[in-house]
Parts: sequence; C-alpha cells; structure tokens
Amino acid sequence: MKNILALIKLGWQILSRPAVHLSLGFLVITGFVSGVIFWGGFNTAMELTNTEAFCISCHEMEDNVYMELQSTIHYSNRSGVRAICSDCHVPHAWSDKIARKMQASKEVWGKIFGTINTREKFENKRRELAEHEWARLKANNSLECRNCHEFDSMDFTRQSKRAAFQHSGALASGEKTCIDCHKGIAHKLPDMAGVQGISH
Amino acid sequence: MFKIFTQKWLTGCFGLGLLGLSLFVSGVSNAQAQDVQIATMRDNILLTEEVAPPAIAKVENKDLKRMRDYPQQPPTVPHIISKYQIDKNVNQCMDCHARDKASDVQATPVGVSHYLNREDEYQAGMSPRRYFCTQCHVTQTESKPLIDNVFVDVNDLMKPAAK
Repeated sequence: MKNILALIKLGWQILSRPAVHLSLGFLVITGFVSGVIFWGGFNTAMELTNTEAFCISCHEMEDNVYMELQSTIHYSNRSGVRAICSDCHVPHAWSDKIARKMQASKEVWGKIFGTINTREKFENKRRELAEHEWARLKANNSLECRNCHEFDSMDFTRQSKRAAFQHSGALASGEKTCIDCHKGIAHKLPDMAGVQGISH
Repeated sequence: MFKIFTQKWLTGCFGLGLLGLSLFVSGVSNAQAQDVQIATMRDNILLTEEVAPPAIAKVENKDLKRMRDYPQQPPTVPHIISKYQIDKNVNQCMDCHARDKASDVQATPVGVSHYLNREDEYQAGMSPRRYFCTQCHVTQTESKPLIDNVFVDVNDLMKPAAK
C-alpha cells in the first residue's frame, strides 16, 4: 500500500513539473499530432468492425443470418440500394455506437465459447436473439429503420391502401413503431408463439 | 439346324422390335401433339435453342375482393404475399386474418371452417390441416391466360335456354 502511494506521488511530481528539456511548442504539436493519429486510428478500427466483411467473417453470421438476408428486399431490389448488417444493427450516432459496441463484446464471448456455433444451437437461440433486437428497436423508436425510412418523407398516396391506412394511423400517432409490425423483414422469424400481436 | 437361334440373333430381333415399337409410339404421340396445341412453357421452341423467358408477371395488389367462380372456391388473395413466412414458426397471414386481428385492419377473417378439426369439432385456433394458406388461396397476376378457358358459371348454366 505504502509502495503504491509512493508510486502515485512520484508520477504526480513528474506530471506537475514543467518539462526541463522539451519546448512547449514541441509538446503542443506532438500532443496534437499524436491525438489526431490515436483518434483517427480508433475510429478507423471501429469502422472496420462495421463492415459486412467483418460481420460475416464468423460462420455463425455467414451461414445463418446473412443467408437469410440475401432473399430479402434489403439485400437486392430494383433501385440497387443495399442495407448491410451495421445499417440496421449499429446506431449511427457516435455515443450510441460506442454503447452498442461495448454490448457487442458479449458476442465475442459467445464466439469464443461457441454459443451458436451449430445450426441447431442457432435455431434454439433464435427467439432470444430476435427478442433482443425487437426490444432494442422498440426502445429507440426504430431509429435504425428511420435512418433511411423517414416518416416525413413518406408519400401515403404512393403506398398501397392498406399500408397508407396503417402508416397514417398507428404510426403517425406514435402508437406503434416500425418494428411492431415489420418483424422478420430481413431474417426468418423464430417460433412466434406467445409474441404480442401474433395470432393463430 | 437351330444354330441360327443363337443368343446374338435373339437379342438382335428383340432390339429391332423395340425400335419399331418406339417409332410407332412416337409417331402416335406426335400426331396427338399436332392435334392438341398445348401451350408449353417453352412455347414449342426446340430444346437446343435458347429462349428469352417472358417477363415475370406482376401480382395484382388492388385489395379488392374478387368474385368466386363457384361457391366452394377458396377466395383468391387480392394483394402481394411474396415475403410472408408460413412455416412451423409463424403464419404471417394470420397477423391480419386472425379472428381477433381482422377488424383492426378491415381484413377478411378466415372462414369458420378453418377452425374445424377432422372430427368436425370447433377449435380455438386454426386447425393444422388449414394452416398453410397458400395450398388453396393464391394471388393473381396481371397476365393473359395461355389457353382459352371454357369454364361456365353455374348461374349461366341454369339460365333458361335462349329461344
């Protein structure tokens, strides 16, 4: 204990005293440049984890969810716009993104210990994993949907009658959010028994 | 004396007979094909030729109920259902057509017959034998029929013959 305290005291003495040999200009410029390098490097590395190639570098993602995505409109469509994994599963705002990335460290744990390393394990966990995403999108009012599908830009007259009815009613009033109705649009649905809004 | 009836000779005879039979059969079927013009998917174009496939017909999405051609006809689906998931996990048609959802979206609730099990007893939920909607209910496309339809509505059949 005494040693640690002494160490802290020594460190503080070094930090609190002015530099003896280095000029202020050198310290300021070096600090600035290394700050830029560190910050840029950090963000570049984080952006790398947002690429499709990174996501499907695990077979868990490539064999299950990525395969299912490929038959949906978010992968291939008439206008050629594609939503990749991170467009829907990672928030765009920086602080939210950091929070989500920290949560995702659990997925690294899952990868190491093979939580869903077979198709059967994945199928058994599908409901739980889907529920996490439904809860997340419900809580942030379907933010990732709205990054592209903006309510204010929707032209109800160009929607089908049924779609216009739902969007100008329940969605407009805020009673419902995108994910309440649009579940399973990019991946197959799990066993939906007991999910609110599902009937048989 | 009977040396000519060797195995080789018999096989030859059998082969010739088979050839004749097949020629006869193909001749008959060719004659039939010429009589009845069936619109095939290839439209009578040879297998060796590459054909540009017709454009995929658009599914009607007007949300207008169509008339049934006969009383027992399963009603056709008046909207796009291409991405609906119907499997052991979920039946997405029932998101709207279930009894307790239909009024919310003004959809047609599934018929009461769909709640009957095979002992003709009513169930609370849909009977498993009626679970897969698309076995009977299909969408319609905006396309021309490939062959003439000679179906006559029963109402027309019952009309008194014109004098």
